[in-house]
Amino acid sequence: MNLKKNMANNSRITTHPILEDLKDRKKVRICVDGKDIEAFEGEPIAAALFAHGIKVLRHSPVLNEPRGIFCNRGRCTDCIMKVNGRPNVRTCVTMVTDGMVIETLQGLGKWGTK
Amino acid sequence: MNNELVIIGAGPAGLTAAREAASHGVKVSVLDENDRPGGQLFTQTHKFFGSKEHMASVRGFQIGEQLLEDLSKLDVEISLNTTVLGVLPDKKVMFVKGEDKIKTINAKTILLATGALEKPLMFKGWTLPGVMGAGAAQTMMNIYRVLPGKKALMLGSGNVGLIVSYQLKQAGCEVVGVLEVLPKISGYKVHASKIRRAGIPILTSYTIKQAKGKEFVESAVIASVEMPAGACRPIQGSEMEIGCDLICIAAGLQPFSELCWQLNLKMQYISALGGFVPVHDKYLQTSVPDIYIAGDLAGIEEASTAMEEGRLAGKVVAWRLGYLDKKEFNFHFDEINIRLSELRLGSFGIEREKGKKLLLDY
Amino acid sequence: MALKGKRAKSSFWIIKKALVEILFNIRAVMANKIKKIPNNDNAGILTLDRLKETPGFPSDADYDKGLIAVIECDEDIPCNPCEDICPHLAIKVGSPITNLPRLDSSKCTGCLKCLAICPGLCIFAINKNYDDKNALVYLPYEYSPLPVKGNKIRALDRRGEFVCDGIIHKILKSSKKQNSPIIGILVPKEYFNTVRHFEF
Repeated sequence: MNLKKNMANNSRITTHPILEDLKDRKKVRICVDGKDIEAFEGEPIAAALFAHGIKVLRHSPVLNEPRGIFCNRGRCTDCIMKVNGRPNVRTCVTMVTDGMVIETLQGLGKWGTK
Repeated sequence: MNNELVIIGAGPAGLTAAREAASHGVKVSVLDENDRPGGQLFTQTHKFFGSKEHMASVRGFQIGEQLLEDLSKLDVEISLNTTVLGVLPDKKVMFVKGEDKIKTINAKTILLATGALEKPLMFKGWTLPGVMGAGAAQTMMNIYRVLPGKKALMLGSGNVGLIVSYQLKQAGCEVVGVLEVLPKISGYKVHASKIRRAGIPILTSYTIKQAKGKEFVESAVIASVEMPAGACRPIQGSEMEIGCDLICIAAGLQPFSELCWQLNLKMQYISALGGFVPVHDKYLQTSVPDIYIAGDLAGIEEASTAMEEGRLAGKVVAWRLGYLDKKEFNFHFDEINIRLSELRLGSFGIEREKGKKLLLDY
Repeated sequence: MALKGKRAKSSFWIIKKALVEILFNIRAVMANKIKKIPNNDNAGILTLDRLKETPGFPSDADYDKGLIAVIECDEDIPCNPCEDICPHLAIKVGSPITNLPRLDSSKCTGCLKCLAICPGLCIFAINKNYDDKNALVYLPYEYSPLPVKGNKIRALDRRGEFVCDGIIHKILKSSKKQNSPIIGILVPKEYFNTVRHFEF
């Protein structure tokens, strides 16, 4: 179907049959695992990553399994990543800021180190 | 900070209670852990049912916009990014806003309107990225405008499962099917009809056995089930594997009652209401005086019932604090209860009505 | 540190996990790979026999009178915006509001207001004899992009399955958010009571 028009090249729903069209959103630059990507002010880190097809946010401590978003409201802590040097930050409720540095979390994360 | 009525939760119940109480002069503050008010109202792009008084045919987000506009004209403090950590003795609400220090507020009255949490469904591979709650997918699409996937499998045919499938299709995601473990769908037939004619299959007596994929969901293995004497058994040999990159779990909601347990409120397990619910009287007061509940926390129902309960709670508090005389209160009490019982009519409502009656009897 | 012990413990769990996967899930591993989930379940499908029993569904003779509303609602949900919106009092729900809506075909003018307002999107309107070949079927449509007049379409039935080819005749969009857009499609006459959706 022609619904493909809804999907811009990075899965953002710019037009919608019920909701207003997306426009005038301020762009910010965030750095994810060393790569710069574009995000929009006011959106959570997890949504920005998802929009770029980045679904794996961390690996679990013992079995090293990929984990991502689950509850998307800050309750389950499956989406935690290292943000600006700080580990275990819930990315689904933390909004992006310009220049933010985000890294895939390995295991439990380390406090107080780079 | 206003402390005559401290409302925890700025969803439909909390905001409606704030509006009602403040319109009579009560000094209200509303605390919510999210960065925006409205709870689940702004994720609802479909039209509500009911009658004109229940705001039927208005879309959820329009109701949210109206509530916020009404509140902007009243003296209500809404504190966002504010997590309530607990309530200490003498109704001292302990909270932390953003990265600030922990603060407390001595509340005269507390209204808990924390809503609901999605029930998880555990199956092999459920931890893979791409498996998320139906509400999670809904928030992603309707609030953050990001497509949660290109091919979705919906687990659960209650109203949440059916509506989110419809919304996924509206957003541009293909829904490969809706699985329902029971022999018939749990939600409204009109929602099911809408998605069937759009080409989304529904399979009853089916469940998921496994989510497969290396780094994220790539396919799902589904199987039909039989339910001999209430147990649930996948039928060997009926397994099918379908490609998908999103698996939404719509297996029901449960009251978000952590604060209630912490407060040692009297709780009762009522399955028709979603799980453990705080016991309350006809004025929505819990087993602890001056602590009230409203909305999905008082039993999983709908946004329209949440707003009516919020309305009731607001009026009760206004009356109890002396801002509203008994005669006028009684008039509103009867009127709201009539509207509530209207929403609890019919084969869907009757189970909730029975559940609520049970709760009052405790 | 404890890392060595942790790594060894981790390998044990990985091997155990793999064995469990092989031993107990051979059937899942060898499951039939399908392209599409079967569409023959009856959940959410209202048959014509069932619809004819509901008070909102026109009788066969009603269709010859011109454009008429067709209400496909058979569940006792508390809901009555269709009764409220009809300017000709052609729809009655009454009390309690869980009653199924009753259509008075003598009063219905085909104004389409009930189609736009229905929260369940289950009201349609049909002019069976639009011309000697075609019926005109109006249906609520909340997807984007909207088609334009003249677009060729594939008309679908209540199961979302292809019925016949058709053409877009009219598009009605309201500025009020509670009104669903309404699309009128022309399809061969004999499918007037089968076609309920389309794709293009």
